[in-house]
Amino acid sequence: MKKDFEIIDHTADVGIIAYGADISQAFANAARALFSLITELDNVAEALHRDIELTASDQESLLVEWLNELIYLFDTEHILFKRFDITKLNHTQLKARNYGEKVDRSKHKLKIGVKATTYHMLKVDKSDGCQIQVLFDI
Amino acid sequence: MSAPWQEILKKIDDYRWEIPRSYKAGMSVPGLIYASEAMLNHIWEEQVFQQVANVAFLPGIIDHSLAMPDIHWGYGFPIGGVAATRVKDGVVSPGGVGFDINCGVRLLRTNLTKQEVKPKIEQLITELFVNIPSGLGSTGKLRVSEKELDQVLIKGSRWAAEKGYGEAEDIVATEESGCMKRANPDKVSSKAKKRGIPQLGTLGSGNHFLEVEVVDEIYDPEVAKVMGIEDLGQILILIHTGSRGFGHEVCSDYIRVLGEAVRKYGIALPDRQLACAPVESPEGQDYLQAMACAANYAWTNRQCITHWVRQSFIKVFGKSRKELGMEQIYDVTHNIAKIEEYPIDGKKQTLCVHRKGATRAFPAGSPDIPDIYKSIGQPVLIPGDMGRCSYILVGTETAMKESFGSTCHGAGRIQSRTAAKRSLRGADVAKALAARGIIVKAGSMGSLAEEASEAYKDVTEVVDVTHKAGISHKVARARPLGVIKG
Repeated sequence: MKKDFEIIDHTADVGIIAYGADISQAFANAARALFSLITELDNVAEALHRDIELTASDQESLLVEWLNELIYLFDTEHILFKRFDITKLNHTQLKARNYGEKVDRSKHKLKIGVKATTYHMLKVDKSDGCQIQVLFDI
Repeated sequence: MSAPWQEILKKIDDYRWEIPRSYKAGMSVPGLIYASEAMLNHIWEEQVFQQVANVAFLPGIIDHSLAMPDIHWGYGFPIGGVAATRVKDGVVSPGGVGFDINCGVRLLRTNLTKQEVKPKIEQLITELFVNIPSGLGSTGKLRVSEKELDQVLIKGSRWAAEKGYGEAEDIVATEESGCMKRANPDKVSSKAKKRGIPQLGTLGSGNHFLEVEVVDEIYDPEVAKVMGIEDLGQILILIHTGSRGFGHEVCSDYIRVLGEAVRKYGIALPDRQLACAPVESPEGQDYLQAMACAANYAWTNRQCITHWVRQSFIKVFGKSRKELGMEQIYDVTHNIAKIEEYPIDGKKQTLCVHRKGATRAFPAGSPDIPDIYKSIGQPVLIPGDMGRCSYILVGTETAMKESFGSTCHGAGRIQSRTAAKRSLRGADVAKALAARGIIVKAGSMGSLAEEASEAYKDVTEVVDVTHKAGISHKVARARPLGVIKG
């Protein structure tokens, strides 16, 4: 079985490749990859959820905007997300319910901070299953 | 066998290498890399040359797409990149500044000596670690309302001084006097403000740090003296941080806006991360006004941290700030876009100078540097990694003539963070540093491994290239005694 995602090397920052049978699954795995950089996802419970609804001019922008929104929620509300239920996703619109819990220092070890999602090396490839490549500024 | 870069670069002299326009169709100017031949073997990553070439696509770029010797592979712009565009028909690009707007370095001096500090270094570093919020997810001790934050964004360092976190002398010894004009909080999203409010007055994580260091080499005693660096063994403090989540959100917001502008103005780019808009367009102006807010946030941040550094020293050494001689030498930004004037072909031109991991290096006599430094040139502060050393230099006429008054900003990574973590453990890094007399306190051991010396180029090589190329002039060197990492 293919992995959900993998981390790729970059000199200054960190990239990920996320896989999925369809685009929604690949988006969800990209978000899981993002939070796996920040903490160990096994220690995160699904104690709360936040809904995100976005529009963007194309699917690449939609991905960047969505991941940035999750970074924003981590930065302002200190929420670690682990499961992403994407209920709508086309070229310009995304609707997702995102599950996770607030940071608890006694149980969550924080690894690295992610500043933002970049467009550099960004790829959304739907030719053989779905594959997404994203680089984060950390 | 020749190295792969030899087929691409044209040697100009021992420290200057050109990437010709023929390297990539669409470059409107050549690239220029400051490096020694030995360094090029380390720098060599195809992506870096591609990125220098991509920047040369920006409309209105003049002269060269420049790369400092600490250059490494970034996103969009290379880190260590400098690009100047004409204001009248060129563009401004948030990617040419980066997410951490006004990430920068501040240097403080003391009258203390190594002999006085060494016995108390553990106590001092612990005190600093307690007083200065650092690490991922940390929140500051300052509690500002959104209305008050707007004052921070407009006033910069002056806000901090008015609230008792600094002195008039600190402001004078800060690039732009700690306040970029034209900052307009109305151009900043409420999301950026929400991210910024709890993080004001925090060091952050990643490569940000605070270092207590000792002067161990003085190259130019006369110039050093003007900065208050008088003797070997003197203690200095280096603060490296930026605009935190506030700046990251401003950059993300404007990459979105300028991404649309690229379509609107029909600009062809090889990388979406280079999103840009004409400097004089509404989108370009809005970005510059929001960027100025983030720059002012970062100066306020470093100013507040300066205050807590002073309080910590006062407590540990039982002396007043005056007795300790804790003056600010200077504060530089190394992620910024500035409107500056340069003579081009004998005519004065107004340019938008992007410095992405590059430091301003204005020469003696420049009207834009403090009076105290008019005779020596602007202090240039170059942090190294935590195991080696940092440098103090000054700006030069050569920088003014050929690198848009710019020089390097640090050591530059050679190893990815993941690779560093694979090969090193944070605890071992701390132990190795302790064996060399360097005390480290870090929010996370993982971040310690990522920032280990092995992950960086030797800052000495980087600084030597800028010195020998003449774009900055070496004044003094300091090595760390104690470090706080985020």
